[in-house]
Amino acid sequence: MYYDLVVVGGGPAGLAAAEEAKRNGAGSVLIIERDKELGGILNQCIHSGFGLHVFKEQLSGPEYAQRFIDRLEGTGIEVKTDTMVLGITPEKSIYAISEAEGYMKIDAGAIVLAMGCRERTRGAIAIPGERPSGIFTAGTAQRYINMEGYMVGKKVLILGSGDIGLIMARRMTLEGAEVKAVVELMPYSNGLKRNIAQCLDDYGIPLYLSHTVTDIKGENGRLSKVIVSEVNGYDPIPGTEIEFDVDTLLLSVGLVPENELTRSAGIEIDKRTNGAVVNEDMMTSIEGIFACGNVLHVHDLVDFVTHESERAGKAAAEYLKAKKAGEKEEAEEPINLINGDFVGYTVPQKVTVSKVDKFIEVLFRVRAVLKNANVVVKCGDTVLMSKNHEQMLPAEMEKLIIPKKMLEMANGKDIEICVVKEGE
Amino acid sequence: MVYDVAVIGAGIIGCGVARELSRYNCKTVLIEKENDVAMGTTRANSAIIHAGYDPEPGTLMAKYNVPGNKMAEDICRELDVPFRRCGSFVLAFDENDMKTVKRLYEKGVENGVPDMKILDGDEVRKMEPNVSAECVGALYAPSAGIVNPWEMALAMGEQAVDNGVDLELCYEVTGIRKENGNFIISGKGKEDIEAKFVVNAAGVYSDTVANMVGDHSFTIDSSRGQYYLLDKSQGELFDHVMFQCPGPLGKGVLVAPTVHGNLIVGPDANPGSEKNDVSTDRNGLNHVMTASRKTTSAVNFRECIRNFAGLRSEPSTKDFIVGFSEADDHFMNVAGIKSPGLSAAPAIAADVADMLLKAGVPSEKKAEFKGGHKHLRFKELSDEEKAAAIKKNPAYGRVICRCETITEGEIVDALHGTIVPRTLDGIKRRCNAGMGRCQSGFCGPRVLDIIARELNMDPVDVLLDKEGSYILTGKTEKGECR
Repeated sequence: MYYDLVVVGGGPAGLAAAEEAKRNGAGSVLIIERDKELGGILNQCIHSGFGLHVFKEQLSGPEYAQRFIDRLEGTGIEVKTDTMVLGITPEKSIYAISEAEGYMKIDAGAIVLAMGCRERTRGAIAIPGERPSGIFTAGTAQRYINMEGYMVGKKVLILGSGDIGLIMARRMTLEGAEVKAVVELMPYSNGLKRNIAQCLDDYGIPLYLSHTVTDIKGENGRLSKVIVSEVNGYDPIPGTEIEFDVDTLLLSVGLVPENELTRSAGIEIDKRTNGAVVNEDMMTSIEGIFACGNVLHVHDLVDFVTHESERAGKAAAEYLKAKKAGEKEEAEEPINLINGDFVGYTVPQKVTVSKVDKFIEVLFRVRAVLKNANVVVKCGDTVLMSKNHEQMLPAEMEKLIIPKKMLEMANGKDIEICVVKEGE
Repeated sequence: MVYDVAVIGAGIIGCGVARELSRYNCKTVLIEKENDVAMGTTRANSAIIHAGYDPEPGTLMAKYNVPGNKMAEDICRELDVPFRRCGSFVLAFDENDMKTVKRLYEKGVENGVPDMKILDGDEVRKMEPNVSAECVGALYAPSAGIVNPWEMALAMGEQAVDNGVDLELCYEVTGIRKENGNFIISGKGKEDIEAKFVVNAAGVYSDTVANMVGDHSFTIDSSRGQYYLLDKSQGELFDHVMFQCPGPLGKGVLVAPTVHGNLIVGPDANPGSEKNDVSTDRNGLNHVMTASRKTTSAVNFRECIRNFAGLRSEPSTKDFIVGFSEADDHFMNVAGIKSPGLSAAPAIAADVADMLLKAGVPSEKKAEFKGGHKHLRFKELSDEEKAAAIKKNPAYGRVICRCETITEGEIVDALHGTIVPRTLDGIKRRCNAGMGRCQSGFCGPRVLDIIARELNMDPVDVLLDKEGSYILTGKTEKGECR
């Protein structure tokens, strides 16, 4: 089996990448999806708020996905659902299985990795205590409720004020559960402001900032009590314990890009994003393998996933065309984008300056709540550009446009992106 | 019906004894208070088959450890249970530790441990490069191994049941009395069970069970030990089990690979714990993490996927208690099975069966003794075998647990095994679905669905673990529309 392009994952990232690649002449394109339907996690996100940037209207998750699924028709893009990729080789062979087709080896001219992310668990953050039932990651609870049609509890505490946690606070309330509180380790929420307003404030659900879960107790096998303490940094402060009588604890404590396949292929991983290191084309350290969406870095909005994935899809098509034409790319060594003060990560991490058209788009996150600060691009001590921001939050991904001219001024040297507080 | 033998407790000991007895034409019942076998100490321990240099010569621990170690490998091969004879190190960090190492070596020689060596620090680091530079030497014992303890107990339990042993789950023994020379065992909300002999393998509760026949010769303290289980990304840091020398500050923690390819770090010791307390606490976990740094700084605890605690029996006699009770010569205690209990279990089981046969349990061998089940473990197959497996049964082509690559076919196989699991954790123990880094976040709802379908259960009745650990509370308002 051979396809010019194989896209691993049929969620929003994979769909956008496949369609954009096909539109740009990628040749034969296959999407492999492990679930029975395309759409990925959007299928269980039945709330509204998707598509404001891409479609200029408010859609539910399934509606947003459906727009892309509908567009597949007539494109000739092939889809294998209920199919699991077991391994990817650096030579771009893909091993996959399905009930319908058995064990498959699929060779690809190019690959787009779009496997998405998974939720961090109780184990990952090492919450001590007993191990009763009634503790779910927020996404798992969302699946039970929205996909399977079953409720998971009556009295609920939510740890983590990321968007899924906030959305689930509202969802559980609407289904008749009593959500006693949302508890957040950090002194600020990691969710979108609009979700705090619409999911907590509107329902009178309290948000405890700088607090965390420090103990878990069960009764007859089911969760009965969660102990919450205030923290100083990350350390619980003795004497500040609050007991919540709840039968359910939802965890919304972060997402982790799902890069097992990426690692097995030997692709370089950025420890900060937990995703592949990519260049301005979203190409990983293995030529012809691209990555986009939440498998590359965790996004806040699906609209941004779509946008990034279209970049990856287009680049994959260009790569395939160049390869077919027998063009041998002779490019200089890429420069690195170094993370300076307050910058948690950047995507891309590398740029091949001569291949940039007019500008590059750099996505990054800050590491602290910053008010009235300048995003500065430097090469050594030379400031290439500086832009003031009224406020930046770790919860919100920032975008920076760097014109090619600026990149050229670096003269082949690495450039640094940092944040400087006003007046410092 | 009168059983020849009633075994109370279906952990590694109870299952092992039942299996040994099932070779003979005697009627045995295996009684367990939980809803599955291997639910106590057996499912939460270091999972190590010790070489046998640790126990004091002359103790029962010393008597059973080395032979048990040898037998474990055969049983695991016969019953298709993961086992690896990986060897172990006891690390020394100063001259005092080296003295301990020498003493352990001498005890090992006396206990019959094969092929031990005392190595210097550089030799240790040559074999295990991630060992701390502070390590000055070690006892190396190649005969130590790692095993999947709950699968071992389960496989022995299944073989016992396949060979005619009756299994009574959710049967909590509340009293034992004597009538006409036989034991009458009663359980909460259950029918009485009559038996000529009783084997008390009730783990941390074995003193309570012994008390029921008037045996007050020992007490069992339960010592809680906490562990970290780390992602497979850390599983290759060590090939061997890495112990620290026991010293004045405690027994030290171990760092070891697991048969599943993860890394286990622990335990601490909390004597005097409640007998149902398997909770973890921040201080204990922090202690484990800190103590492990002495062995190595290579472990990345951010890759932790689970922490858990298990209970170890600490008998007042300081040694295994194996033999007929002073209070009743038809009542056999197999109690206080602390470390190296898992390693000793096969030898204890064989000896217990032997003693029972000598005491009058029918000893005629069965004409046919059924062997163990073979398990299809999809991810361990070659490419060709994978293709063939799916061709034969398409359910092997559908991955349910993505972290561990466990297919629907394997889960269905487990649900149609001899001892049927009715819980998500029961499936986890049988085929690893949910063991991985997402801790069943992804596969949980799917496994629940498959259990409900295969066992014709209402999804609301599918449990996570022990009785009462319900997952779902009912349908949503519009749940009917699915």
